[in-house]
Amino acid sequence: MEIDALILSRLQFAFVIAFHILFPAFTIGLASFLAVCEGLWLATKREVFKRLYLHWVKIFALAFAMGVVSGVVMSYQFGTNWSVFSDMTGSVLGPLLGYEVLTAFFLEATFLGVMLFGWSRVGNKLHFVATSAVAVGTTISAFWILSANSWMQTPQGHAVDADGRFYAVDWAAVIFNPSFPSRFVHMLLAAYITTAAVVLAAGAWQVLARRGAEPTRWQMRMAAGTLALLMPLQIWAGHWSGEVAHEYQPAKVAAMEGWWETKVGQPTILFAIPDQENERNIAEIGIPGLGDVIVGGEKPLQGLDAFPAEERPPVFLTFWSFRIMVGAGLGLLGLGLWGVALWALGRLDRPGLFHRLAVPGGALGFIAVISGWVTAEVGRQPYTVYGLLRTSDSVAPVSVGQVATSLLVFMIVYAIVFTAGTVYMARIAIRGFDDAPPDETRRAPGTPLAAVDAPAEAPAAK
Amino acid sequence: MDFPLIWAVLIAVAVMMYVLLDGFDLGVGILSGFADDDAERNRLTASIEPVWDGNETWLVLGGGGLFAAFPLAYAILMPAFYLPVLVMLAALIFRGVAFEFRHKAVRTVTKKFWNGAFFGGSLAAALSQGLILGAFVQGIEVEGRAYAGGAFDWLTPFSVLVAVSVTVGYVLLGACWLILKTDGATQVGARKWARRALVGVAVSMGMVSLATLSIDPRVTARWGVTMATVDFSTFVILAPIPAAAVGLVVWLWRDTAPTAIGKPDWRAFVLAAGLFLTGYVGLAFSLFPYNVPFAKTVWETAAHDNALGFLLIGAGVLLPAILVYTAYVYALFWGKVTDKDGYAAHG
Ligand code: HEM
Ligand code: HEM
Repeated sequence: MEIDALILSRLQFAFVIAFHILFPAFTIGLASFLAVCEGLWLATKREVFKRLYLHWVKIFALAFAMGVVSGVVMSYQFGTNWSVFSDMTGSVLGPLLGYEVLTAFFLEATFLGVMLFGWSRVGNKLHFVATSAVAVGTTISAFWILSANSWMQTPQGHAVDADGRFYAVDWAAVIFNPSFPSRFVHMLLAAYITTAAVVLAAGAWQVLARRGAEPTRWQMRMAAGTLALLMPLQIWAGHWSGEVAHEYQPAKVAAMEGWWETKVGQPTILFAIPDQENERNIAEIGIPGLGDVIVGGEKPLQGLDAFPAEERPPVFLTFWSFRIMVGAGLGLLGLGLWGVALWALGRLDRPGLFHRLAVPGGALGFIAVISGWVTAEVGRQPYTVYGLLRTSDSVAPVSVGQVATSLLVFMIVYAIVFTAGTVYMARIAIRGFDDAPPDETRRAPGTPLAAVDAPAEAPAAK
Repeated sequence: MDFPLIWAVLIAVAVMMYVLLDGFDLGVGILSGFADDDAERNRLTASIEPVWDGNETWLVLGGGGLFAAFPLAYAILMPAFYLPVLVMLAALIFRGVAFEFRHKAVRTVTKKFWNGAFFGGSLAAALSQGLILGAFVQGIEVEGRAYAGGAFDWLTPFSVLVAVSVTVGYVLLGACWLILKTDGATQVGARKWARRALVGVAVSMGMVSLATLSIDPRVTARWGVTMATVDFSTFVILAPIPAAAVGLVVWLWRDTAPTAIGKPDWRAFVLAAGLFLTGYVGLAFSLFPYNVPFAKTVWETAAHDNALGFLLIGAGVLLPAILVYTAYVYALFWGKVTDKDGYAAHG
């Protein structure tokens, strides 16, 4: 393949958005978790919920900052690298992103200050309002950006003007386009699940390190319960997304499933190496006929042969990213059910195999989110606005040199910043529960824990 | 209703808000590089920690608003400023995370690194914004619906001059913010910095103003001033803008004098903001109605009327609400910073 500004811009977009989504996936869930903890603390007056809050809010602050800075990058990408796309779709997508800024970003960013630094300046109830405002803000943000993305996947409610640009004729139809409801539900659940997996992993680490305290026990129960409850819902929501995709983007589903031929009795393929050039699968292992049962609809089901070669998405990526997402989902379901079973047996606080698996399991949510987006986005190629605007016709008139430079810069910057951030978050997560309200003494000076993250010099006047 | 015109004003206001708000916190970031010790640096950063994220959101509104209201302008300008935008984004990343990372770092080298990232990121963000502004004012080469210039068109003596003046301007705002938010030795230092920056601002603003007049005949005609002649009947109408600027410089100079202690601490900041405002309004007068100078006007680049109208409903309701809760948060954190504020104390 020739290296041109198009392919580099695609790589860059995939790289920066994949990095960005890691943080929303975590902060949307964590903001809600914090609101729940603080609400429970206000309602029950039990100290343990406050300790949970004060512990996780530090991790939240780090993740949120990284989400914000990587997000600001996103809002300029459309113009710098996809300027033709911006010109064509601005009258439809622009207002959706504008509403995101007005309804969500200001709310989150402004009340974040109160949430982090307002303890001594506002009452407990008002502080809870600030936490809730941040949590609601992250959810509203997901609403608008997913609406924009879904319109690109399943455009409706628009017309095309004399210059070939899109404009809206029915805003409700644009916002609530066919793939939006399922995508919004699937993504919100994904955020809660991702967060639960991380919280569970941190608790499991503390148990393994024999640092478990009362909040550890609570966080593990809450996380395992959340996983066991939400994963079945997520499988349902994923199936719903699949149905919508099958109706509006059949080529994507054919690629996801690895079906080359249109026929009755499509298999569910467990393993295969799709070979796009020769239009076949290598080393296929599948269950004949099961595909028909899962996908339903009229028979026969379309395979990739129903679409001209230049209308097909890259099959290998779509096929495998889908399997990785589903596999990660099954892993998370397993962790949730196992955790709940241990809880019922009273063994959740004793180190064991479960805890050793739950620690790496903390990454499963992120893996599923990234691979889910790769399925959705690679599967809709070669279009940016499905069926209407090709990716190759969306790119900005910038030179290869400029895009290569920016891609390199982003890779270096992200490598430094996000490695450091992950280390700092992990340090807090595994440290355990030595947090106290900011105005009280935080920890006994001279204890081993004091060294873990004590600033290099003590803040003056303590 | 003339939607493009309304949106041009709204976006100009959003960018102005950004320049004033993030301007002072970028300025504080630059000044943090000159702090005496870490305790002072912590006080400087604590004075902006509760608000910097909200301040930066005005930049997102500026960018997002441009995409929404003037997609063609967004589509032409962003590729034109590709490299300075890249530098700005990278700088904002480093600076944004450094707020927290500098407190999380355990080893002295990493701590130094994040302190440096905070200073360097703030400085680079200010400079790149100035370069973008300079490149914008000097005009953009356009063919059809796309940018037609080269990768480095933004780099000229004029844009460098604007970059320097924006940066000293931010330092001035930051120093005046610190006069308001700190006391004791830090405040004395802030007054000194404010005066140094004010000299820089006065000189560079004058130079930029003169240089702007030679950029395009349309600008000259609007002001009635060329390098050689002055058309008084035109100039007289606009003369209050430079006159106000000169007045503000003088007032600010007296307000930041070491002997001026006892004057209200908030006044220097308000005066500095006013000075920015005069420069901004002057520019707006020079360039209107172009939002891609001197190739496309706000009407040529506007989105469809129903998109502008739809978003205007939201902006009409939400912008006042945003201003109210932003003001609430500023009021909540009113007063001098102490060692109990900010990440240093809140982990
Ligand atoms: C948040 C999670 C997201 C992820 C991980 C993601 C991932 C990707 C990937 C991997 C591609 C490259 C596909 C290819 O070139 O074969 C892509 C393309 C694209 N996506 Fe997304 N996407 C996400 C969300 C969005 C959203 C919310 C929007 C718009 C509102 C969007 C707009 C685009 C556009 C314009 C392209 C075309 C450019 C390209 O092909 O790279 N994406 N995305
Ligand atoms: C286990 C059963 C699952 C099924 C059957 C499933 C199904 C799907 C399908 C069909 C899509 C593509 C939708 C489209 O292109 O329109 C998708 C996308 C996605 N999936 Fe899943 N999924 C499952 C589990 C998960 C899990 C556990 C997560 C995360 C924790 C996840 C996160 C995502 C994300 C973020 C996307 C992209 C956004 C979207 O298009 O909805 N999925 N999923």
